[in-house]
Amino acid sequence: MKKEYYNPEDLNKFGEITKWNKELGERFFEYYNKVFEEGALTAREKSLIALAVAHVVQCPYCIDAYTKDGLQRGIENEEMMEAVHVGAAIKSGAVLVHGVQMMNRYDQLSM
Amino acid sequence: MATKSLKARNSELSDTKRQLELLSTGVFETGTLPLFKEKLKQHQLSALQPLPLEVLQINMGYMCNQVCAHCHVDAGPDRKEYITKETMNACIKVMQSEAIQTVDLTGGAPEMHPDFRWFVEQIRSQTQVKEIIVRSNLTIILANKKYHDLPSFFAKHQVHVVSSLPFYKRNKTDRQRGSGVFDSSIKALEMLNSVGYGKPGTGLLLDLVYNPSGAFLPGDQTALEHDYKNVLNADFGLVFNQLFALTNLPISRFLDYLIASENYEEYMTNLVNAFNPSAAKNVMCTTTLSVSWDGYLYDCDFNQMLGLKVASKRNHISEFDAQVLQNREIQVSQHCYGCTAGSGSSCQGAIA
Repeated sequence: MKKEYYNPEDLNKFGEITKWNKELGERFFEYYNKVFEEGALTAREKSLIALAVAHVVQCPYCIDAYTKDGLQRGIENEEMMEAVHVGAAIKSGAVLVHGVQMMNRYDQLSM
Repeated sequence: MATKSLKARNSELSDTKRQLELLSTGVFETGTLPLFKEKLKQHQLSALQPLPLEVLQINMGYMCNQVCAHCHVDAGPDRKEYITKETMNACIKVMQSEAIQTVDLTGGAPEMHPDFRWFVEQIRSQTQVKEIIVRSNLTIILANKKYHDLPSFFAKHQVHVVSSLPFYKRNKTDRQRGSGVFDSSIKALEMLNSVGYGKPGTGLLLDLVYNPSGAFLPGDQTALEHDYKNVLNADFGLVFNQLFALTNLPISRFLDYLIASENYEEYMTNLVNAFNPSAAKNVMCTTTLSVSWDGYLYDCDFNQMLGLKVASKRNHISEFDAQVLQNREIQVSQHCYGCTAGSGSSCQGAIA
């Protein structure tokens, strides 16, 4: 086995997942491509959402892909970083809001 | 950012043979990526053949007031090659004998040629050419007092102005083209707008060229045009007609950048993976001939910069023979992937 779990070259092989399950793989890519089409949201807005989510789920392939996608769409670095902060704020907010649960439990158990 | 051409820096990449060698070895030699010719075959596409000639693209010379990081011509102030009047007259002769619809003047900065205006006037007065395009870098208009009236000259001769503006924001433009280029470009666009360029009803066409500021492919041309128009109008009150999104081809200074930044293999992989058979059917080299400053003929401007002359015994403008040239096969190498990636790329932008 290779020493690294992640290999940048694997991103280009993403399409190959259809080899082991053609139907589900193809349905996934059809869905995926449809999601990113222009709709009520622009493709540009979707690209920024994808970049933020890529960071939240900490997917290096997705970060690579959507940084490049953003560059191709003329999205600027300030916009990209703001999107990442939105992801970070939600992620940290999600941690912190559980503090209320902790406080509730603390109060419940304390005299 | 470099201030000298590869040639002046004695870079090994100023040797076109070295560039062609790089484009045929490495990932292409090991079979990791297919050669362009093989890719055409994989898609049941035959070798590229010329269609009737429509566009004569003439390189006026390599001198330029800018030293852009991505320049495939390796142009700059230190380049002294320029076309002679004799060669320009030979071009006019071809324009008269053939059904040339468009003459596309490029460089370097074509306006810096001492006989540039004379040449435009001759094309207008002596030929039936419908469209004269000048590939202007914009900043030349402000570079010297003698160029300030270029917008009026262009308008007088109904020259179609196609100008590079790599981005609608200062930072990316200046990073690619040099400090201060963005502000000068905006001033030049204001001057062009003020004589009617880009405005509805004037018939004076002003198109802009976008090319990526780095090792990535251009995005959707329509979406980028929308953004360019909105920002340039909101920020500066500027108007233009169309935006052409061009792919940077792995040639000359852009190739040098790709190698130095260790992006070469990834970029070539991106180009190959984005191969679009529809774009391959519409490549500009089928309807264009490119003339170099010294009068030789090439299938396109990129082949010219790689020293790949047309595969024909009649390879000089002075011995132009339409029939003989029509039967040639278009010369290709791996840089051709740049014109067939995604929506394709040509001097007129996307092609698929």
